[in-house]
Amino acid sequence: MTEPTIEAHGLVKRFGRTAALDGLDLEVAAGQVVAILGPNGAGKTTFVRSVATLVRLDAGTLRVAGHDVRRESRAVRRAIGLAGQFASVEPAMTGRQNLELVGRLYGQRARTAKASATSVLADFGLTDVGDRLVRTYSGGMRRKLDLGASMVSAPRLLLLDEPTTGLDPRARLDLWDSIEGLVTRGTDVLLTTQYLDEAERLAGYIVIIDRGRAVASGTPAELKRRVGGNVLEVHVRDVADLPAAAAALARAGHEPQVDRATRRVSAGAGDDRAVQALVEGLRTVEEAGVALADIGVRQPSLDEVFLALTGHSAGTDGEGDEPAADPGDAEGSVSESTGPEGPADGAGTRNGTTR
Amino acid sequence: MSTLKGTTMTTAVTARDRGAGLSTASLLVAKRAVLTFLRTPQLIIVGTVQLVGFLVTFRYVFGGAFGDYKGLAYVDFAVPGFIAAGVPFTLIGTAVVMAEDLHTGFIDRLRSLPSPSAAVLTGRVLADTVVLAWSLAVATLVGFAIGFRLHGSVLQGLAAFGLCLLFGLAFSWVFILLGLVARNGQAAQGLSLLVFPVTFGSSAYVPIDGMPGWLRAFAENQPVTWMANAVRALTLGDKAVPVLGHGAGYFVVRALIWSVAIMIVFFGLAVAVFRRG
Repeated sequence: MTEPTIEAHGLVKRFGRTAALDGLDLEVAAGQVVAILGPNGAGKTTFVRSVATLVRLDAGTLRVAGHDVRRESRAVRRAIGLAGQFASVEPAMTGRQNLELVGRLYGQRARTAKASATSVLADFGLTDVGDRLVRTYSGGMRRKLDLGASMVSAPRLLLLDEPTTGLDPRARLDLWDSIEGLVTRGTDVLLTTQYLDEAERLAGYIVIIDRGRAVASGTPAELKRRVGGNVLEVHVRDVADLPAAAAALARAGHEPQVDRATRRVSAGAGDDRAVQALVEGLRTVEEAGVALADIGVRQPSLDEVFLALTGHSAGTDGEGDEPAADPGDAEGSVSESTGPEGPADGAGTRNGTTR
Repeated sequence: MSTLKGTTMTTAVTARDRGAGLSTASLLVAKRAVLTFLRTPQLIIVGTVQLVGFLVTFRYVFGGAFGDYKGLAYVDFAVPGFIAAGVPFTLIGTAVVMAEDLHTGFIDRLRSLPSPSAAVLTGRVLADTVVLAWSLAVATLVGFAIGFRLHGSVLQGLAAFGLCLLFGLAFSWVFILLGLVARNGQAAQGLSLLVFPVTFGSSAYVPIDGMPGWLRAFAENQPVTWMANAVRALTLGDKAVPVLGHGAGYFVVRALIWSVAIMIVFFGLAVAVFRRG
């Protein structure tokens, strides 16, 4: 068990002219929960499908649980469980039948498959609905069943491709709990997500990928440190004050970033002088005659980490979760490309990523 | 928590090393597909009602205007053709389900298991045969109810039915390929509209003598005409030669050659697309 769970070297996969994977290198030690974080089209799904032996790679070597995905695909398949972006369960069968189908295909005898189905239903709190057709399940229940189906074979490595995409917040929290439950029992997990909070909540190690390559990796804390410490955040009362606040901070030697949608200006505040930065920031902004709604010093979000490392924002759903850069005001901002970049990457959920 | 640990141990010990074999896996996949068919009212009820509706429409709406064909009642002309052409119509569902299974990741799930990936396709073909047998049986019963009669022997009638199932094996691969290429249900449904020119531009519903030259040239050289004529000839027995110009054997051989050719070509293409991942 000392060998790495995943060893990827120089993975290349092209779909027509676009390279979904473009020389991806990645090593995952055993006993970890790793999140692959990146926007749509970064190559996350292609990578997970490669690990699941479903993609014929154009170049590179990929070993999973010590087995080569190409030459020893069956051994790899015995070691993994896969849950995809959608709930890949059959709506016209009961939850129990779905689980039994997976168990039987895995090679379990009928009686064993029945037993594992029963125990998986119990583990995921689905015992009461186990004999109902899946088409009567809620979205959250389907995802749980899907997760359960990937656990029927008690895999060494669980692959979760955007496990909570499309779930409402409550179902999402619920599924997080289920995933954490599996982790405490010792299952290694490789999950992809475009949600920074999800990566931070579930994973001990995060790999950021962009355009088919790994651009950074580390623990959430390490990645945050790489962006350069704390963030001073100024929340103005009147949107018209944004330029004035940004200009004042710029004069004080900061590199402010403006987010018009949330009426916030943020700026790096160094590592160790958080209180001083706060006091100076407050004075600077007040002297500029700006009415404050709030001001504070906080840890950088992973979104800011992504921005700093890749030059563009991670959020690509166009739901306004990325700072909309205002080039006129935010001099020296690292995010000048944010505006045009976001929507371009975010077209369609599976474009480019999957095939 | 402890229950899961227990199961883990059991599964690790009892699971065979290589996953289910091809035949077991195919049966499991087929069982799921048949269950889906049986438990999806749109498929089984709407499909069957549609089939009956079409058959009745042809018999009474077009049949009235049509009259006899070389001494053969229209119902005896049309029902065998209708059943043969019903094969591709019935299998449109295969393209749609394949595309949706691909889109939702169901196929990825199956392929990520240690059982042979080929079972995804062989299981589908197996299920198609079962579903087809059901649909064709319904169509045959309705055919008899609206006045169709066998002119040949019962054995020939059964051979005609079996022949339709063989056509089904060939068309299954066509629709599997369409589904794999389409990648989503609606596109698959759209591509499946190809069934219309191929069935209506054939001898399935009307004799091709009355078609304009260009259409006739198409109809004479495409598989559905041969399949419809083969099934028709078998149901006509001794009447086949005066009505169709040749005996059943002549049509059956050509229909079989078409079926095998379609099967080989589309099997190869479907497997290639499936493996591409």
